[in-house]
Amino acid sequence: MNLSDFTHNPYIAGLSGGLLIGIAAAMFVLLNGRIAGISGILGGLLQADKGDKLWRVMFMLGMAAAPYVYQIATDPPAATIEAGTVQLIIAGLMVGLGTSYASGCTSGHGVCGISRGSMRSIVATLTFMMAGFITVYLTRHLIGL
Amino acid sequence: MLNLNTFLVGLLFGLGLIISGMTDPSKVIGFLDLAGAWDPSLAFVMGGAVLIGAAAFTVAKKRQRSLLGAPMQLSSVTGLDKGLLIGSLVFGIGWGLSGFCPGPAVVSAAAGQPKALIFVASMLAGMALYNMIERRGE
Repeated sequence: MNLSDFTHNPYIAGLSGGLLIGIAAAMFVLLNGRIAGISGILGGLLQADKGDKLWRVMFMLGMAAAPYVYQIATDPPAATIEAGTVQLIIAGLMVGLGTSYASGCTSGHGVCGISRGSMRSIVATLTFMMAGFITVYLTRHLIGL
Repeated sequence: MLNLNTFLVGLLFGLGLIISGMTDPSKVIGFLDLAGAWDPSLAFVMGGAVLIGAAAFTVAKKRQRSLLGAPMQLSSVTGLDKGLLIGSLVFGIGWGLSGFCPGPAVVSAAAGQPKALIFVASMLAGMALYNMIERRGE
């Protein structure tokens, strides 16, 4: 069994990727005392008055290196983006605004917040998942985008 | 040391997103498509992450400082508010429209995918817009 067989089973791939994300979040909170929430780390880079830029940059550099490190081991990951440009621009604005108002996204609320047992994060995660389910239902099955 | 660990955490997090399939928007939409050919495999991503995360946060919550001596910065906000609910709703709609949430979008943009770059530019504009609206009076 080589690496590609392993990543081709979506359940094994999902679970092992998830465990790796969990290890990363665990290392960050136990060693740095911080929450691995991507929208918050990124959003802080855009606030001129925030002095704590270096660690945010280091985190983003690590994430940016990931696809290149991955490709040393195996083929580039498959990615199909069905949305067109206008749809992506609208979606991007909504994700940027929404995660800012909600103080978190799939990582900060979904992974770290639920791990911490935070009621706010559990409610946030249920809300954005529900919104995602309904949006895909409407766009795929009713409108046919 | 702290910054080196931060880089490593970002790298592992990004690799986890790629390995799990979260960086493929069509797969994410397949997970959100309950009424279609539903692909539940991405539920295992959050399951696996929370399994490890819950153990780590149980330890972290009891500490004032991290193992490397940094202050433990966990959120002290409790209770629900409009921002949390409406923000999450708006985020979820954007997620369903594109298949991208912030982490996978950053990784895919760094890999040079043109559509991911468009999405990330727009997402950053949304975050900047929030700063303009909400932080004007400060």
